[in-house]
Amino acid sequence: MIRETPLDRILMRTAGWLLAALWIVPLTYALWSAFHPAAFEARFELTAPLTLENFVTAWGKAPFARYFLNTILLVTMVLTVQLVLCTLAAFAFARLEFPGKSVLFGLVLVQLLIMPDILLVENYRTMFRLGLVDTILAIGLPYFASGFAIFLLRQTFRTIPKELDEAARVEGCSLLGLLWRVYVPLGKPAMLAFGLVSVSHHWNNFLWPLVITNSVETRPLTVGLSIFATTDSGIEWAVINAATLMTSAPLLLGFLLFQRQFVQSFMRAGIK
Amino acid sequence: MPRRHWIHAWLLLLPAFVFLIAFTHYPAVQTLIDSFWSTPRGRRPSVFVGAENYTRMMADPVFAKAMWNSAIYAALTIPTSIVLSLAMALFVQARFRGVSLMRMAFFTPTVLPLIAVANIWLFFYAPGFGLIDQIRMFFGFGSANYVGQPATALYAVAAVTVWKEAGFFMIFYLAALQTIPTSLREAAAIEGCSRLTFFRRVTLPLIMPTTLFVSVNATINAFRLVDHVFVMTRGGPDNASMLLLYYIFENGFRYWDTAYAAALTMVLVAILTLVGIGQFFAADRRVHYR
Repeated sequence: MIRETPLDRILMRTAGWLLAALWIVPLTYALWSAFHPAAFEARFELTAPLTLENFVTAWGKAPFARYFLNTILLVTMVLTVQLVLCTLAAFAFARLEFPGKSVLFGLVLVQLLIMPDILLVENYRTMFRLGLVDTILAIGLPYFASGFAIFLLRQTFRTIPKELDEAARVEGCSLLGLLWRVYVPLGKPAMLAFGLVSVSHHWNNFLWPLVITNSVETRPLTVGLSIFATTDSGIEWAVINAATLMTSAPLLLGFLLFQRQFVQSFMRAGIK
Repeated sequence: MPRRHWIHAWLLLLPAFVFLIAFTHYPAVQTLIDSFWSTPRGRRPSVFVGAENYTRMMADPVFAKAMWNSAIYAALTIPTSIVLSLAMALFVQARFRGVSLMRMAFFTPTVLPLIAVANIWLFFYAPGFGLIDQIRMFFGFGSANYVGQPATALYAVAAVTVWKEAGFFMIFYLAALQTIPTSLREAAAIEGCSRLTFFRRVTLPLIMPTTLFVSVNATINAFRLVDHVFVMTRGGPDNASMLLLYYIFENGFRYWDTAYAAALTMVLVAILTLVGIGQFFAADRRVHYR
């Protein structure tokens, strides 16, 4: 092994901690102002009183409860449909032979580059024709068939030993039975990984929901927050920061509690 | 293979393809068609105008500005994110007390919504209140509005992108660093190779596939991530931070000039397609270490 000299180690640790400190500063600054009275938003005194007042004010000034509900409905719907549709398609690509397979798979991969996010105008027109403008369903629809999920699950299914597959077929298992009894249970880790990525992506998604929604009943948190933060009604920074942290809190808490799973899921999802 | 099998396969694919075609392929093709037609306005229906939307684009100074800005934005965010994320991975690769805290500091911005990140940074930059201004004033400089002045707006936005995505790329480098066989380190130690040489000659080439993967993602992000522009600058001041996707949004949903927005979208699609082709060839050639 190449030995790490003590000097190397000190240099690496110092540089590491400096960068880490720099990285955490903006968030800490927002945390400070959110938990202190507005008078202290730019004054740093250790004796400054802690308060939850800013959160209460923010919660009262905009329908955040409704926004939370909308976002939760949205991410649940999107993930459920994605898992069903993409598992079926991934199974066909992984284990069945049929004409047109490579062309169709190519069409799936197109979505990895040209995402629905950039085809705003045309998708808006489609939703308008379907009479779905300003519905939660319309926010989710373009993402139901995820090329990424199909790709990820196909890779996973291909690693499942063929012997298991054949044994089940010999036992007289139908195609869907095979998928449900063999492939789905063994593909669970990949589905969990995709689930975390999908939930955090749609919790955070902004542009398409901004375009397609225009009422409190449908707006997700991100759009609600942006409207709250940009209305020129002279809302204090401390309150805006409180609202910002509040809307990110579920993901942030989830991440802090399940750090390892989060990091591994993102890694898994990216590398395959 | 029996014909019954084909039908089963197609049936399994059908539901996914309905959505895939309806919301990815159809709109992509329709956008191409629309870019050769005019925007319907009031009683005037859409008419075929040939390349008019594109010739107008060539003469549009805001489009030129948006392309130039997107290029600067990409040139700033891509290399910076890559270098920083690799450095982060090297910092947290070893085991020591507090390593998980350090990793958390790097990764946390990745979990936050970009809109929330934009608010946090807007406060951070805020003239008078923000930490940067506080430090400036402490050292006797005047207050500066980084987001509000044309000279710095784009850089202020780019810094936010790097802050958000570097921790995400870090985990891919972390995974790649773990796959480097220890036997190589032992061999290098016997040869009396320095740590720096080992990094340059062994580590860097071995993590090349990851660098390619990260570069492609950083490039796509450079054209796709504009959420923070909505909160921080709205493309301004004076189009100083106008990016291509934001300009598409403005034309499509603020001026309702859908034909021009379609032509602009085609430019974005062309750029992303080039990235995809580039990735394909690069993956074929230089990075065959796996």
